[in-house]
Amino acid sequence: MRPIATTRAATGIATGKLAVWWVLASEVVIFGGLLASYVMFRLGHPEWADAAAVTNTTIGAFNTFVLLTSSLTAVLAHQAAERGDGPKAARYLYMTILGAATFIGVKTYEWWYEISHGYTITSNGFWAFYYSAAGLHAFHVIAGAVIMAFVARDAAKNLELHRVELIGIYWHFVDIVWIFLFPLLYIAK
Amino acid sequence: MVEPAVDLTHGHPHDDHAHHGPEGWKKYLWSTDHKVIAMQYMFTGMFMALVGGFMAYVFRMQLAFPGINVPGFGMVSMGEYNALVTNHGTIMIFWVAMPVLLAAFGNFLIPLMVGADDMVFPKINRLSFQVFFVSTIVILASLVVEGGGFAGAWTAYPPLSANETYNLTPLGSTLWVIGVGLEFVAFLLGGINFITTLMNSRAPGMRAFDVPLVVWMIVVASILFMLSVGPLLAGAIMLIFDQTLGTGFFNPATGGDPILWQHLFWFFGHPEVYVVLLPAMGVVIEIIATFSRKKVFGYRIVIFTVVATGVLSFFVWAHHQFIAGIDPRMANIFTITTLLISVPIAELCFVYIATLYGGSIRLTTPMLWALAFVAEFLIGGVTGIFLGAAGADIYFHDTYFVLAHFHYTFFPIAIIGTYAAFTYWFPKMFGKMMDERLGKWHFWLTIIPFNTIFIPLFVLGMGGQHRRISNYSGFAELARDGFQDIRVFATVSLLIMLAAQFIFFYNCYKTWRSGPKAPKNPWKANSLEWTTESPPPHGNWHPDEMPVVYRGPYEFSVPGRVDDYWPQNEPPQRDS
Repeated sequence: MRPIATTRAATGIATGKLAVWWVLASEVVIFGGLLASYVMFRLGHPEWADAAAVTNTTIGAFNTFVLLTSSLTAVLAHQAAERGDGPKAARYLYMTILGAATFIGVKTYEWWYEISHGYTITSNGFWAFYYSAAGLHAFHVIAGAVIMAFVARDAAKNLELHRVELIGIYWHFVDIVWIFLFPLLYIAK
Repeated sequence: MVEPAVDLTHGHPHDDHAHHGPEGWKKYLWSTDHKVIAMQYMFTGMFMALVGGFMAYVFRMQLAFPGINVPGFGMVSMGEYNALVTNHGTIMIFWVAMPVLLAAFGNFLIPLMVGADDMVFPKINRLSFQVFFVSTIVILASLVVEGGGFAGAWTAYPPLSANETYNLTPLGSTLWVIGVGLEFVAFLLGGINFITTLMNSRAPGMRAFDVPLVVWMIVVASILFMLSVGPLLAGAIMLIFDQTLGTGFFNPATGGDPILWQHLFWFFGHPEVYVVLLPAMGVVIEIIATFSRKKVFGYRIVIFTVVATGVLSFFVWAHHQFIAGIDPRMANIFTITTLLISVPIAELCFVYIATLYGGSIRLTTPMLWALAFVAEFLIGGVTGIFLGAAGADIYFHDTYFVLAHFHYTFFPIAIIGTYAAFTYWFPKMFGKMMDERLGKWHFWLTIIPFNTIFIPLFVLGMGGQHRRISNYSGFAELARDGFQDIRVFATVSLLIMLAAQFIFFYNCYKTWRSGPKAPKNPWKANSLEWTTESPPPHGNWHPDEMPVVYRGPYEFSVPGRVDDYWPQNEPPQRDS
């Protein structure tokens, strides 16, 4: 039997949703610390622009588009779940996972290209931040996609539909982190 | 060791609605009961306290009697000395203060005090302990790998921590970072549970301002932890990359900056002081209110003060870096914020004294610990003023004055606060009453040596004694006879204090064997944990008798009532 504690909602907000927002609060400061460090360094090292010029803005823009589209399907999944249509929500979630897979695939190609041209994590400060920040973000993309697969599996059977919204909130966060990373690592030459 | 904890699901009438957890040894792997998890955190933390205490014993012996063959350890080389002080600090903060005060008492008290049967995410709670347990194994393993444990001080400043050619502990330093990182993950998982449980699982009728202060303080501490640890987690990733991959985040030769680590570390490190301080302060106010039979003076003011302290604690971190080459204008700003933060903490001390004033004070063992906390922490706070002011800090930096100062804050927090909480809630946790006479012996034989350890160290610090030297006989001007005598005096005091802890263990053993059975509410307190059995059964209350709250937790000595206490769950009509 579920503990009574898990069924209460003194704030009127579902406990799962509260928890997801607190998780995001803790994530914001993790990425915040990393990106703030990067920005401070970047301001002190104008020569890092030479390294930044190597990054492929077109591919980065394509990945941004892929990730934003996957957020759209996450919203559509939530909408379907709200209507109680579990199988449809699951289909949209699988499309989101497809977006995540595309993102990681493109990223792999990018990194492979850059590493094979000698731009590795130890090359200089810019590349150290480039691989660390994008790597930490990619780790969040992969983790989110795995969790989403479990949510989608249940949703297809019309179980635990409220989780569709929770994973969606997380997914938007992953998206927003990328929206900060893309200009900082790619556009700022 | 303490059987009643094992016995939680027995001796209580069950019916079909009662929850059951896993039984036997499986219980300690898979139980999701918050009380079992609390005990796991508590005993892991207490075990680590013994490890950390043993380290203190070894390096204090080396300081007092340089080159001695320390009984139980052997000769202490300089490298071992550094590893011992590093891991003493790391373990006492991350594996003793945090798991015992925050995790153990947070887990035990929050559901009981808000009238819930468990945390809102019992499985995540279990995962939190499992991750913590792995982190414990990692930090202990780091002590015995080739090259020895990490020896770059608990603050792990690069380049010493980042480069194995400097620290000579390639495995120890990396395992140290991994251990600390895992520990942070465990407390993030636990913290989310604490916060959401307080927010959502309060008993019917319990408004935000009916919540006992200790719960408020543990939850504010969890929020502080959550909002401050992120940058250090990012920093830990950078440090591991620097150590293992050879990146140069903290290496000026490749465009990095070692000061960045100091900022990331202390942005977490200073709020961390309040992360462990607040639960201890909460414990103390509960005890003071109960044993002076008086309503807490200014309940809401306390909460607002605590929140203000939390906000302010994010703007003081650079006071650790006054001599790290930061801009003097920035040092001025951080001096001001640092001195400002003593205001809310002083205010809390005044609240405690005002609560005592005119009360009907009972000097039980927990009350002695609580009063000692206020008195001793005050010394820690007042000496902090010297260090918070940049001008004085430049002189005191890295001397024994700093060391004595933070032991006067952390010892009251981690040891006095823990003993206060442990003796106060012992009847609830284990269902037996501890021996008061042994408790008082233990109290005095801990408090007096504590002061005679650290007051002499203030004197050493004011004499300019640098704190990172393992053998002063190599430094003629520091090895003056007077100074060496002071070190011997402090070490002998430490031996007495460590020996006195056996009184405590004997008291626990004796209580477990033959202590009188504890009633539901031995201290005649008001909060909800005292309305259930001692120890509480699985689920805390019978599912049909979950408490409903009618008033705040500090309604002591209300005029017109026969009893001098008024439990939170007692319906009002009965006495009106």
